[in-house]
Amino acid sequence: MFLSHIWLIPLLPAFGATVMFFFGRNLQKAAVSAVCVGTILLAFIMACGAVWQYSAWSSTPEHFHQPFEKPLYTWLGSDTGHLTYNTQSGKPAEFRADVAFLLDPLSSIWLLFVTGVGLLIHIYSTGYMAHEGGYYRFFGYLNLFMFSMLTLILANNYVLLFVGWEGVGLCSYLLIGFYFHRKSASDAANKAFIVNRIGDAGFLLGMFFIAWIFGTLQFTKVTDLARAGHFAIGDHYITLATLLLFVGACGKSAQLPLYVWLPDAMEGPTPVSALIHAATMVTAGVYMVARSNALFVLAPMSMKTVAIVGALTAIFAASIGLVQNDIKRVLAYSTVSQLGYMFLALGVGAFSASVFHVFTHAFFKALLFLGAGAVIHSMSGEQDMRNMGDLAHRIPITYRTMLVATLAIAGIPPFAGFFSKDEILWQTWASEGGAYRILWGVGYATALMTAFYMFRLIYLTFFGKPRMSHEVEHHIHECPNSMAVPLLILALFSLSAGWFSWPPSLGGSARFEKFLDPVFANGAQVFQEEGKAAQLAAGEKEAEHTSPVEYGLMFLSVAAAGVGWFMARRAYVNADKGYSEPIAAAAPPVYNVLLNKYYVDEGYDYVFTGRRKIGDVRLGVMGLGEASSWFDANVIDGAVNGAGWITRLTATVSSWWDKWIIDGFGVNGPAIFARMLSYPARLFEWGLVQWYALVMTAGLVGFVFYYVYH
Amino acid sequence: MDTMLHISTLHYLVLGAALFLLGVIGVLTRRNVVIVLMSIELILNAVNLNLVAFSHYWQGIQGPNALHGQVFAIFVITDAAAEAAVGLGILIAFFRNKETINVDEVNLLKW
Repeated sequence: MFLSHIWLIPLLPAFGATVMFFFGRNLQKAAVSAVCVGTILLAFIMACGAVWQYSAWSSTPEHFHQPFEKPLYTWLGSDTGHLTYNTQSGKPAEFRADVAFLLDPLSSIWLLFVTGVGLLIHIYSTGYMAHEGGYYRFFGYLNLFMFSMLTLILANNYVLLFVGWEGVGLCSYLLIGFYFHRKSASDAANKAFIVNRIGDAGFLLGMFFIAWIFGTLQFTKVTDLARAGHFAIGDHYITLATLLLFVGACGKSAQLPLYVWLPDAMEGPTPVSALIHAATMVTAGVYMVARSNALFVLAPMSMKTVAIVGALTAIFAASIGLVQNDIKRVLAYSTVSQLGYMFLALGVGAFSASVFHVFTHAFFKALLFLGAGAVIHSMSGEQDMRNMGDLAHRIPITYRTMLVATLAIAGIPPFAGFFSKDEILWQTWASEGGAYRILWGVGYATALMTAFYMFRLIYLTFFGKPRMSHEVEHHIHECPNSMAVPLLILALFSLSAGWFSWPPSLGGSARFEKFLDPVFANGAQVFQEEGKAAQLAAGEKEAEHTSPVEYGLMFLSVAAAGVGWFMARRAYVNADKGYSEPIAAAAPPVYNVLLNKYYVDEGYDYVFTGRRKIGDVRLGVMGLGEASSWFDANVIDGAVNGAGWITRLTATVSSWWDKWIIDGFGVNGPAIFARMLSYPARLFEWGLVQWYALVMTAGLVGFVFYYVYH
Repeated sequence: MDTMLHISTLHYLVLGAALFLLGVIGVLTRRNVVIVLMSIELILNAVNLNLVAFSHYWQGIQGPNALHGQVFAIFVITDAAAEAAVGLGILIAFFRNKETINVDEVNLLKW
């Protein structure tokens, strides 16, 4: 029943959004909350039911480990053959995209945490946004986002996935720019949208390559074809297609060099940051790459690219996060960094570890953002940690839940982050026979930084001396129940989500990864069949032999978290007004570079956005565009106009010659000459008949006289 | 006996010459086209008078059958009638255009 009506899951939020857009303005806040939270609650119940039914369905012998597909109708293409094209192998194929839903372990996981976390954030928003204008608009956008995200997750082909992908991009834009009267917010919204378009261009091209190579865009068919062994490892076209897909993932999931929009996206309301820019939407890139895992394992170069970009993003963003003062920006860079971890895991072939980190990260990062929202709420809108401090006993629920999330993200066992992050680091260490150990080092350093900046956030916010103004201090209050309950639930999951995949080395059974096996395991199969250095297989094999190393690494990463914690505690636990940053004290230039985010935005201004000028000359690609435009307007068009001008000149001269010389001297000249000559003769003709008669008579008389008297 | 003035051919010729002269003077001097036409009739009749006179003269020499001159005169009368019709027709057409029959104003036919 749930499974066969799976299309209701995305449709419920769509219904909520529609109601909001048409009638929301006239509804009471309570009604808005009831409709919008209600649809998400129903969707969550439906999702749980569907996943539960699916696990039963896929355990039956006849459907063992098969994905469940529910086609609704053919959206693009039909059997008429109008959209037929030739694939790479020369066979005709039809461009076809169904509105059809796919439920397999991968989409199940996303479905559960998107609806679950989404529900909690909706509930939280009813408290957080209670005193804001545009309440119905906010919830309408949130519901529209949920619809798009669920479409993205449940799509069974790349085209429908792209619909959801663009839908979440649109909602992200709308929600970042929710306070559109603020210039910085609308700028940030534009930035997010435009940067995402760059990635989307890559995604589209990748999609077309897949259609061209495989003749289909349906996930199951593409995966089956890719695993059928027709393609060599390192096939150039598949490499190109996967790299282009990864460009799309970089845009959506904020990886280098397209991460710049995510920190600015914090201009949106905090629940939006939690839902869209931490827990769900930004993991869409991870989802897409994981969904295309069968292609990526055929393209080792793409895998390497993904791993390296992921690792670099992780440490890059984490290092920026070390010194930021805006509580939400710290979390934003943390998100970018954690997404880097996920891509690192994807790149080394540890797909299920990556998905597991997405899963745990959704809880603790949503919790961190909602906690930060609660802090901001209690601080009357203050976001600068330099003006906080000593909040732990004033808002105890927020403090405790945020501490849980911090322990989780820092990787302290037994909190959720420990299991997922440790799995990623371990897989990075072990995969490819250790070829990625440099990346492990990067990830390890990132783990240390993560612990440091997170505990820095905790100590600056909740400990030390109160640094806020008396006015603000007077108004500090614990958040209402509608906000506190989601915090508590998320804290519970931040603690326990990791237990789903208790590693075998600690006596667990890694149920989470076993659940995902049908989606990913065949990836390792290909490697084994091809006799290549099998990424997953190698990791698993080493896991059997090198348990001592695994324990050692585990200890090291816990130690890193502890060291980060200790360093943050030493530096900030007694922070008073005008406290000193340890990095600023040790190396001021480094601090400035980090505080200014490596000047990446400024660099982009110089190279891409065209905001920088020298004199009147714009710099970067926009300057190149302006120069090209100038060249076109002045040189090319000048040549065209010059040619026209010369033609007109010769035409004018030629016309003058014809009019005055040819017609004048040649044609009219003789006529005028004849006219002049004839003038005396004409004088004899004066037209009076009687004079003629008189002359004639006189002549006659004259002749007669002449003859008579001659 | 011969005191009665004998009317000879010469008399006719003198009369014809006088009529002719009157006609020419009329054609040359009068401005009214109708009178010019009448003067032309006068000239024609002067000519007719000559023809008849000479015919009569020739009858005296060659017998009564010498009638050529008289026949010719009848042709001239016919011609004069036709000419008057055509001339008056032109005159009316001209009057309709210029509302005048003054011959001085009929001076279009020139360079």
